[in-house]
Amino acid sequence: MLKVNDINVYYGAIHAIKGVSFHVNAGEVVTLIGANGAGKSTTLNTVCGLLHTRTGSIEFLGQNLAGIPAHKLVERGLAHVPEGRRIFQQMTVEENLEMGAYTQPRSGIDPNLERVYEQFPRLKERRKQVAGTLSGGEQQMLAMGRGLMSNPKLLMLDEPSMGLAPILVEQIFDIINRLHHAGTTILLVEQNARMALSVADRGYVLETGKIVATGTGDELLHDEAVKKAYLGG
Amino acid sequence: MEFLSYLISGISLGSVYAIIALGYTMVYGIAKMLNFAHGDVIMVGGYISFCAMSYLELPGWLSVVLAMAVCTVLGVVIEGLAYKPLRQATSLAVLITAIGVSYFLQNAAQLIWGASPKGYTPLVPALNAKGEPNALQLFDGQLSIPYLSLLIMAVCIIVMVALTFFTGQTKLGKAMRACSEDKGAAQLMGINVNRTISVTFAIGSALAAVAGVLLCSFTTSLMPTTGSMPGIKAFTAAVFGGIGSIPGAFLGGILLGIIESLAKAYISTQLANAILFAVLIIVLLVRPSGLLGKYVPEKV
Ligand SMILES: Nc1ncnc2c1ncn2[C@@H]1O[C@H](COP(=O)(O)OP(=O)(O)OP(=O)(O)O)[C@@H](O)[C@H]1O
Ligand SMILES: [Mg+2]
Repeated sequence: MLKVNDINVYYGAIHAIKGVSFHVNAGEVVTLIGANGAGKSTTLNTVCGLLHTRTGSIEFLGQNLAGIPAHKLVERGLAHVPEGRRIFQQMTVEENLEMGAYTQPRSGIDPNLERVYEQFPRLKERRKQVAGTLSGGEQQMLAMGRGLMSNPKLLMLDEPSMGLAPILVEQIFDIINRLHHAGTTILLVEQNARMALSVADRGYVLETGKIVATGTGDELLHDEAVKKAYLGG
Repeated sequence: MEFLSYLISGISLGSVYAIIALGYTMVYGIAKMLNFAHGDVIMVGGYISFCAMSYLELPGWLSVVLAMAVCTVLGVVIEGLAYKPLRQATSLAVLITAIGVSYFLQNAAQLIWGASPKGYTPLVPALNAKGEPNALQLFDGQLSIPYLSLLIMAVCIIVMVALTFFTGQTKLGKAMRACSEDKGAAQLMGINVNRTISVTFAIGSALAAVAGVLLCSFTTSLMPTTGSMPGIKAFTAAVFGGIGSIPGAFLGGILLGIIESLAKAYISTQLANAILFAVLIIVLLVRPSGLLGKYVPEKV
């Protein structure tokens, strides 16, 4: 479904992504793990079109994404829930969700709203509340729900558990599992490597802009080097 | 009675400021830039309407439509040529460009229409066919409210209600608010941010045309610098009310008009502008985000 071939990404003179390649098959949950500053968010932001590659190519559903602006990728089935949630703080919960369905025909909005409210009953209770006043966990649910409003074929999640209490982290991973079983393809970036590897079919380990290890979730969970570096021994 | 008539004249002048301020605030809220050329688009609107009425002999209302059409195109072209290439630049560079555009428009107008003032025929003439004042007479004629003032106030209220509805209820309006908060996240929703900014300029410039026609009807004259002082005052009004806020721009514009009118009547005509800006400075010292800056959730 997604094929990233040897991409190089720069911030001005800073070489942030150095020849990264990976792929995600339909129906899979794939995780990218790595230390702070390894380039995980940069990779996702490049795939979704907010950043551009200097060399290398990205293919989504068999089409090269070069030169396609970020806003056009949503229609094609790519949804990105960025780091730090980035919900529209001054808009209501429901308005945020409507924005998520911006590319959908009017008739598609209500069924999607129903579906998201079913996944996240809390959002339904709060739907008229201004999003900036939600708790951190609720904001994360909103960010994920907003991502789902566009009927994505591939959902990218950048640290969905960031800053959440353990019980909420469990909840977020439950939801990821549910989405997985419902057939959504997911590319997941996480600090919480243990959790991420346990829900993922496959994983890649990113270190200072390069992929240094790959394997199934289980393989990586039991890999000595990965254990040492990312799973606390 | 005298006070009431100054107050009403202040409200109608303030309504013109409010319409200009609404344009300023929309553009600021979404593009995060101060479009200092906004006042000069008003002047262009005035000239287009003037030409339509005097040379093409079109009726007043049609001249307004024509002015709106020309200014809308002008606003979108200015944004596309001058501001869009600077999307990633510092706000200072954008500000300097906007000042440049402002002088460009003034000089272009001077080349086309000359520097000397033109007499503008108001949309609603001051006297009717029988030579009586075109005004609503109240209290046995002690208080007379020109129909032009009533028209200006009505237009201002319609504009403000329409904008509130547009940004609050329509899909495009909500997309504008999303862009105003976070352009990156808006793109991730599938919103075309560049197009949304162009639409904002189109709306702001169409409003400027309306303001231009009303302003010239009020002052009955027109020259290349006609837009600059009202532009600065309307900018002040937008800041006064809380820049980025629609009700703030409305309130700020009306208050500014009232202060100006009362200061001219009771203190000094020469000092009116100084008093106006002094009030602004005091308000901003007490409430740095303007009158409604903090409490309005939908910054547009
Ligand atoms: N806007 C920017 N300008 C310059 N350098 C940047 C910018 N954004 C990120 N970088 C650099 O690029 C590298 C990769 O950053 P990135 O945000 O992708 O890391 P990450 O893996 O997501 O880290 P974290 O786990 O902390 O979120 C870092 O060294 C960072 O300093
Ligand atoms: Mg990151």
